[in-house]
Order: sequence, then C-alpha cells, then structure tokens
Amino acid sequence: MTETGSARVGFGMRPGGAAAAAEEEAAVVETLPPDASIDLAEERAESHVDEVLDALDRELVGLVPVKTRIREIAALLLVDRMRARFGIDSGRPNLHMCFTGSPGTGKTTVAVRLAELLHRLGYVRRGHLVSVTRDDLVGQYVGHTAPKTKEVLKRAMGGVLFIDEAYYLYRAENERDYGQEAIEILLQVMENQRDDLVVVLAGYKDRMDSFFSSNPGMSSRIAHHIDFPDYAADELEAIGTMMMEREGYKLDPAAEPVFRDYVERRRAQPRFANARSVRNAIERARLRHANRLLDAGGAVDLAALTTLAADDFLGSRVFGPRP
Amino acid sequence: MRITQGTFSYLPELTDEEIALQVAYVLDQGWPCSIEFTDDPHPRNSYWEMWGLPMFDLKDPAGVLLEVNECRKAYPGHYIRLNAYDARYGRQTTALSFIVQRPAEEPGFRLERTEASDRRVQYTTHPYALDRPQGDRYAR
Repeated sequence: MTETGSARVGFGMRPGGAAAAAEEEAAVVETLPPDASIDLAEERAESHVDEVLDALDRELVGLVPVKTRIREIAALLLVDRMRARFGIDSGRPNLHMCFTGSPGTGKTTVAVRLAELLHRLGYVRRGHLVSVTRDDLVGQYVGHTAPKTKEVLKRAMGGVLFIDEAYYLYRAENERDYGQEAIEILLQVMENQRDDLVVVLAGYKDRMDSFFSSNPGMSSRIAHHIDFPDYAADELEAIGTMMMEREGYKLDPAAEPVFRDYVERRRAQPRFANARSVRNAIERARLRHANRLLDAGGAVDLAALTTLAADDFLGSRVFGPRP
Repeated sequence: MRITQGTFSYLPELTDEEIALQVAYVLDQGWPCSIEFTDDPHPRNSYWEMWGLPMFDLKDPAGVLLEVNECRKAYPGHYIRLNAYDARYGRQTTALSFIVQRPAEEPGFRLERTEASDRRVQYTTHPYALDRPQGDRYAR
C-alpha cells in the first residue's frame, strides 16, 4: 500500500482546494469565434508531444513506417483538439491498432511509447499500459473467461491494452475453445467503450493474417494495421551500439568490423530475432568479457572494464569452431 | 421519504460524470472500490449484497462506472451504493460510501410503539417496503 497525499492517517477534511479550482478553470474554456486563429507552434509546444516523438526518433532505430504512422496519429489528435476549440465535434477517431512484425522488431517498446503519447495528447486519461497474453484473458472452465476478460479490460481502461501474440486467442482446431468468448467480449468493449481504452494487438505477420481471416469482425474494428519491418544490418549495428551504451560498455574500435560481421552472419541464420538477438549477443559478449578479465588476472582499469574487444565476439558459435 | 445514508446523501443525486470524478479521487488515493445493492435499506442493515468482487488494480473510473451500470441494469429498483476501502494501517475501514442509485419511489418508515411492562414504550422503525417479499419491494 503506498502512502498518498499527506502522511497524516485518519479522518477529516483534506486540503484539495487548489486542484478543484484548476479543474474548474479548465472546464470553462469557451469556444472560439469563427474568425479567430490558433498558433500551431504554441499549441504543439503546450502538448509536449514533440518530446515523445523526438524520444521515439532518438531511441528507436529505423522503423520508418511505424514512426510515420505515429506522427500522423499525433498530428490528427492535435488538429482535432484545435477543431474542438472552435466547437467542431468530429467524434473520437478509432485508434485500435494491430502491430505485426517479426520477433524483436520493437512492437512492445512502441506500444509503451504509444500509451505515453496518447496520454500527452489527452486521448487516454491515464496513459498506462496493461500488457497481457492469452493466459490473462481466457479462463480454464465454463464461465471463467468472461469475468477474467472483463477484469483485464477494466484494469486497462484509461490506458492502452496490449495483447501480445493475439493470434493465440483463436484456436481454429478446437471449436469449443474459450478463446472465442474472450474475442467476443473484446470486440464488444472495443466498439462500445472506445472513449475509455485503446486496444493494441501484436503478433507475427502470417499468424495474425490467419487470425484476422477467421475473425473478420476484429479486422474491421481495427483502424491501424502497422507492419514492423525487419532491421537492416546497419540498423542492427546502431541498435547494438545503443544497447552497449545503456549498459555502460563501449566497443573497441578494432572490434567494430567483427561486430558488423557477427550481425551479418547471425542474420543469415535461422531463428534470427532482430534486436532481441543483438541483445543476446551482447549479453554473451559480456560473459566472455568478464571471464577474459578474470583469467588475465592482475590490475584492471576503467577502460578494460568497459570495453568489449573483438575476442569477446569472435568466441560466438556463428564464427564456427575456433581454430 | 428520501433515505439519507452515506456521503453526499443531502445533495441532489450525483450525475454519472460527478460519480466518475469521485471515483477518480478514490482511485488516486489507492482505495479499491466495491459495489453493493439491497432492497432493505434499514439503517441497521449494514450488510448489503455484493455486486461482484471488490475491484483492485483499477486506474480509471470507467471500469467502476461500467460495473455500476451493469448493476443498475440488473437491479433497476434497488438501492446501489459504492464503497471505497482504505487499507492503510491505522485506518483499515470504508473511507467513502455513497448511494449511486435509489428506487423511484421510497415509501419510507413507520414508527412502531410496543408497550412493555410498567407501561414502558419501545420504539421500532419499520420500512413500509419490507411488507412485501424480497425482490418485489419497490415498484419500478
């Protein structure tokens, strides 16, 4: 239990006058006359949307189609807000989304950013992300699914509900599977409570396609189908460098071509999971790095502790058995 | 006779928007909400029927409002109240409780006098609605 507000425990009036006054002020914004004009730049700065978009650009490498779509959504919401100030009620846009892409292309990462962005733009009230999978939605016996799904939906209200590997919800081979029930409740809430929550489905492209073909109602209720492309080799390198920086490591200049070579070789192998594979490669390089330092013994300095050398990557199995 | 129980009972009925604002405050304090209903609103009847389980981990009033509306749909002629429980040590009690639905017509209570020994009088309040069977007490 977290302590909120004053530390005083007990009954009685709590000071809350200032918040109430601010709320009242916000409520009495009157509609502008038709000949008025709004400063776009000012409105934009006020919403702090650029901070989120810039962070998205800075911290996520590549993903051009995804970033473009998110920029478009941000622009639409901003314009809608200004239209509302003139008294035009255009209804809330449908923002349910589907993220498809190979493993490790950043679907979850983007979903987290999306929740924050939508909160900044005032589309969702709280801006939290509830990430669930089939287990959290589908029950184990008759009558268990509906309350379970509703519970999750209620928890996600005011934020974004992220359903990872959404295609597992529907099992074509078992017609008595409870997943269908969860889908029906989900559809109903997606349609009726559009103001209260944004649903993001994520999964691999081919499986999501067959999921949608067996649930046409779901496909048509999702306005944005965003495909996450695979990363190119240089993008993966940039991602690797950023990951190392975040962990407090840097790459030895001599190791750079080795790392590039590693990424190239790993990409050609089966079960390549884009950024996730790069992360794992770095994790393993850290292990070899630590082992190498201990084996060498003697004194170490800061540079030795933070630099990953070529040898740390050359030990990987993608380079074949070591000579 | 309008029954006055819980917080806000001397105010006009709260609209759904006002209820949502109250719930938003409650959730900001970290208090879980629960919904209860009854058709026997005697002041001594403190245990109302629970509508589902208490709702933990909610962030937004929309989820609570959804359940309130479900309960209203199922029991249109009942009293429904919303409770918020403060689980902090030192308090551990209902922090806020208010009625979110009441029947259109509330017949009220009558005072019953029972004469006991030595002409002592014992008083009881008896709700008129209780004369009818459960579930049939308030006309829609």
